[in-house]
Amino acid sequence: MLLQDTALIFGRYARQTLRSKFHIVFGVLMPLLYLLFFGPLLTGLPLASTGDSWQVLVPGLLLQLSLFGASFAGFAIIVEQGQGVVERMRVTPVSRLALLLGRVLRDAALFVFQAVLLVLAALVMGLRAPLAGILIGWVFVALLAVSLASLSYSLALRVRTPHEFGPAVNAFVMPSMLLSGLMLPMTLGPGWLDGLSHAMPFRHLVDAVRDAYVGAYTTDSMLYGVLVAIGFAVLAVTVGTRAFRTTGA
Amino acid sequence: MAVISATGLARTFRTKTGPVAAVRGIDLTVRAGEVIGFLGPNGAGKTTTLRMLTTLLPPTGGTATVAGCDLVRDPVGVRRRSGYVAQSGGLDPHISVREELITQGRLYRLSTADATARAQELARELDLDGLMDRPTGALSGGQRRKLDIAMGLMHRPEVLFLDEPTTGLDPGSRADLWALVRWLRAEHGTTVFLTTHYLDEADALADRLIIVDRGVVVAEGTPSALKLHHTGSAEATLQDTFLAITGRTPTPAHTAPVAV
Repeated sequence: MLLQDTALIFGRYARQTLRSKFHIVFGVLMPLLYLLFFGPLLTGLPLASTGDSWQVLVPGLLLQLSLFGASFAGFAIIVEQGQGVVERMRVTPVSRLALLLGRVLRDAALFVFQAVLLVLAALVMGLRAPLAGILIGWVFVALLAVSLASLSYSLALRVRTPHEFGPAVNAFVMPSMLLSGLMLPMTLGPGWLDGLSHAMPFRHLVDAVRDAYVGAYTTDSMLYGVLVAIGFAVLAVTVGTRAFRTTGA
Repeated sequence: MAVISATGLARTFRTKTGPVAAVRGIDLTVRAGEVIGFLGPNGAGKTTTLRMLTTLLPPTGGTATVAGCDLVRDPVGVRRRSGYVAQSGGLDPHISVREELITQGRLYRLSTADATARAQELARELDLDGLMDRPTGALSGGQRRKLDIAMGLMHRPEVLFLDEPTTGLDPGSRADLWALVRWLRAEHGTTVFLTTHYLDEADALADRLIIVDRGVVVAEGTPSALKLHHTGSAEATLQDTFLAITGRTPTPAHTAPVAV
């Protein structure tokens, strides 16, 4: 029943997304700009990695896609709250978990699609990485999208207005991006900054994807990345489901 | 047979300034096939009670059953057997009437074939069949309200909760909605529990009124019995009766357009 309900909600939101081609492609614009105008600056620089600069930058851009895209997913549910759509769904027998999962899986599918476009563009720019590593990168994109979209919906169901929601998400996203080493590995920085970044869950994810992009699948970084990504997803989905159960209470 | 039954139903909210008792103990019984007008001044606890009866809000005290299912122990049972049409409707303006109806049916566990057939049936009955492929955002206010009600009826609920169903409608659309509520009861025996600020609407539609104030039921009975009991005259208006019971008017009350 959970699968059926989730598929139903997913279908509704997937159709909604497919109606907006602009939305599908626009999300990939910022990472593409980084790829085009920032990527070439790194060529040949020592980036504390066994891979080349593209193998360092592209994993960061992939997770940046999820970080920026999924964190703001809650805006849509604020609009839906105003239209009464959330309330209408909450009075149906569909489980609260399915109400969340249907939405966040749509988000994950969207960001993985954008990640595919990004990797294709990066391959044209000069990226070379093993196929397994590229596939692992997309799995991390999906997991991070599920986690952040869940938390974003949870926050949006509580704050109600875009004016409260936007600044709150920005206050989270910018430090997360800077402290996770999405652009450049944190090992390049001073010890205190590198140490501080270990407290950021995204740091472990991006380290894992960078390892995957150089074909290193059995490293400590990969293990920590997998554990953090799964743990974060379970925690975020639990919080998000609770938000669907208790919103307005 | 009681379709809705509540005893001491209560809800207290925790706020920064301390607990606020929005509903302090509602006792009510609604029999199968009745049309109930649930009235009260602003802040009386109408919306909170409705949100509890539709499982959107858990009660903090008392007990209640809807269509034989306990609100707290079996909220999914309540959801399966009841329909709720919120004031805001809950339609996505970009989705077609057909898709909204079918998805709604599927949310209530109908197969796609059954949901499609039920959508056609309701569209015919509610005069929406020429609009099935239009996005809901392109409908007029009255058409949208009919669609809201069709959405609430997709799964053939035993009881239908209507929250301010005619707010914002023009007189013609209001009259259509009144006819629809009467038809629902006459043709399908659906129990209707409606909140409204419009006393003429309650007077015209409801078999029985339940009036709440300050979180408790302060009066209930047929419109004529309430008028006679509280004003001494069966010819009194419901506005006078309401004022006699609560000392207040149900904002925005009598400013409603009169249905023709």
